[in-house]
Amino acid sequence: MRVVMCAGPPTSGKTMVLLQAAARLRRRGHSLAYLKMDVQYAEEDVLFRERLGIPARKVLSGELCPDHCGVLIMAEAIAWAEAEGAGTFLVETAGLCLRCAPYIEGTLGVAVIEATSGMSLPRKIGAMLALADIAVVTKIDLVSQAEKEVFKANIVEAAPLPVIETDALRGIGIDRLVNRIEKAAPVGAPLRLKGLPPVATCTICAGKREIGWEHHFGVLRTLDSDLFYRGQ
Amino acid sequence: MRIDGISIIGGHGRDGATEPVGRLDLNMGDVVSLVGPTGSGKTALVNDIALFADANTPSGRRLLINGAAPDESFLDDPSLNPIALITQHTTFLSDLPVERFLLTHARVRRSPRPEAAVAATVDFANQLTGEPILTDGAMTELSGGQTRALLIADAVVIGNAPVVLLDEIENAGIDRARALDLLRGYEKIFVFVTHDPGIALLSDFRVAMQGGAMRAILRTTAEERLVARRLMAIDAMLLGLRDRIRGGGRVGAADIDLTEAAVSGGRA
Ligand SMILES: Nc1nc2c(ncn2[C@@H]2O[C@H](COP(=O)(O)OP(=O)(O)OP(=O)(O)O)[C@@H](O)[C@H]2O)c(=O)[nH]1
Ligand SMILES: Nc1ncnc2c1ncn2[C@@H]1O[C@H](COP(=O)(O)OP(=O)(O)OP(=O)(O)O)[C@@H](O)[C@H]1O
Ligand SMILES: [Mg+2]
Ligand SMILES: [Mg+2]
Ligand SMILES: [Zn+2]
Repeated sequence: MRVVMCAGPPTSGKTMVLLQAAARLRRRGHSLAYLKMDVQYAEEDVLFRERLGIPARKVLSGELCPDHCGVLIMAEAIAWAEAEGAGTFLVETAGLCLRCAPYIEGTLGVAVIEATSGMSLPRKIGAMLALADIAVVTKIDLVSQAEKEVFKANIVEAAPLPVIETDALRGIGIDRLVNRIEKAAPVGAPLRLKGLPPVATCTICAGKREIGWEHHFGVLRTLDSDLFYRGQ
Repeated sequence: MRIDGISIIGGHGRDGATEPVGRLDLNMGDVVSLVGPTGSGKTALVNDIALFADANTPSGRRLLINGAAPDESFLDDPSLNPIALITQHTTFLSDLPVERFLLTHARVRRSPRPEAAVAATVDFANQLTGEPILTDGAMTELSGGQTRALLIADAVVIGNAPVVLLDEIENAGIDRARALDLLRGYEKIFVFVTHDPGIALLSDFRVAMQGGAMRAILRTTAEERLVARRLMAIDAMLLGLRDRIRGGGRVGAADIDLTEAAVSGGRA
């Protein structure tokens, strides 16, 4: 199963991009599953289930940093999507913590940023962009050609990635993303975080990159449980 | 890569029926207008061009460059993008000073002499508007007309785009006759979306739009060129009146006589 991990600041257009991509992937015969990881509130699961009929669920990280929540639950989430019969698993993350990034080795990391977000944004979002495999720029319908070009140049300067420009409302540019998703390789064990998490006191923050709560200590959760504590 | 021309392969109108015009060829140097009532699909057509439509937009149209499907490199490298679009809603969001922003854009476009390109851009824009642009002021402080003028100048001079698409510049308080004269000095394809008869008749040909579809291509006749010249004479009169009123002056009955004289004078 391929896994697409989509991260980006709030309202950057992640859901719109994934909805457009999902509709096209389905038309091309792919079976899909969708997961949204957010902090307090999310309703995208309903959207994907009702509008596209795709198995979809959400995880609210609450007290945890959403990227760290991802480390604990993604192994089980991938197993869930596989059990649902998905060939492509689309994961949308809130991407609120600009110091870490949710991408797992072997997944396709997609950073979604909006063209309207100010031209220096690419320099501010660090790992979310640097560790991605592609950058998707949304809302190109709202800015001047000149700013679009400077924005794209700033992305490539901050991280030398392929950039796909889109108007996600009208589905423009999405085909190029879908072509790239189709080329992605399946994920395989062991699942490990792509980047080194920032220095802190919990096992994840102290640099353990293994995916799955079994590999960690401290305040944990599973895909379905509440938070619990496991001592060393 | 040298661009000699672009072609739009027709798709379908809003009702799903095949477009009457199956192919629209635009060659370097062409000045073209898209005309049609509100909602007829003029903006949708320029969007199709700007986005290198490949049967992936609502109209199902496809864009060809030099007769072939465009190279992906156009999409990957902003400095290679041959098409600049200035839309009805396009604006600058950057609050950088004009000079600094334009310099950045010139460098992204790999201009060999960025400072000179910026100076030429500001000079071009100033010929289109009334109040000169202050280059150390923020982009977002420009007036509506100044913004439009600078967008056009930036696309033509710094962007040096071979294809420039302009959606309804007449609403921006820009001197249209002057703009067309200036733009004709550049060997490019200019596509105007317009409700303005003057711009339409000063174009080499116009495409009539209806129901989301290209209905007909009309090459401007010799007689229409004469009409255009008379229209421009009326236009010049109106501009004169506008300037007088804007300048705090008064107008009288004689000014209307003058206007009529100009119209019949254009006929003589
Ligand atoms: N004009 C325009 N609007 C867009 C585009 N993409 C998204 N939007 C709008 O931007 C808003 C936010 O889009 P979402 O897709 O919900 O953003 P998100 O990144 O999923 O947001 P969160 O999940 O809440 O962080 C919505 O109102 C969209 O309709 C685009 O390309 N152009
Ligand atoms: N060929 C088409 N197929 C499907 N939808 C279309 C097509 N052409 C245009 N539309 C849609 O019709 C609506 C009106 O079109 P558009 O905005 O291009 O009109 P316009 O001629 O530019 O109008 P105005 O003069 O008011 O600017 C838009 O929502 C556009 O997406
Ligand atoms: Mg969302
Ligand atoms: Mg329009
Ligand atoms: Zn974190």
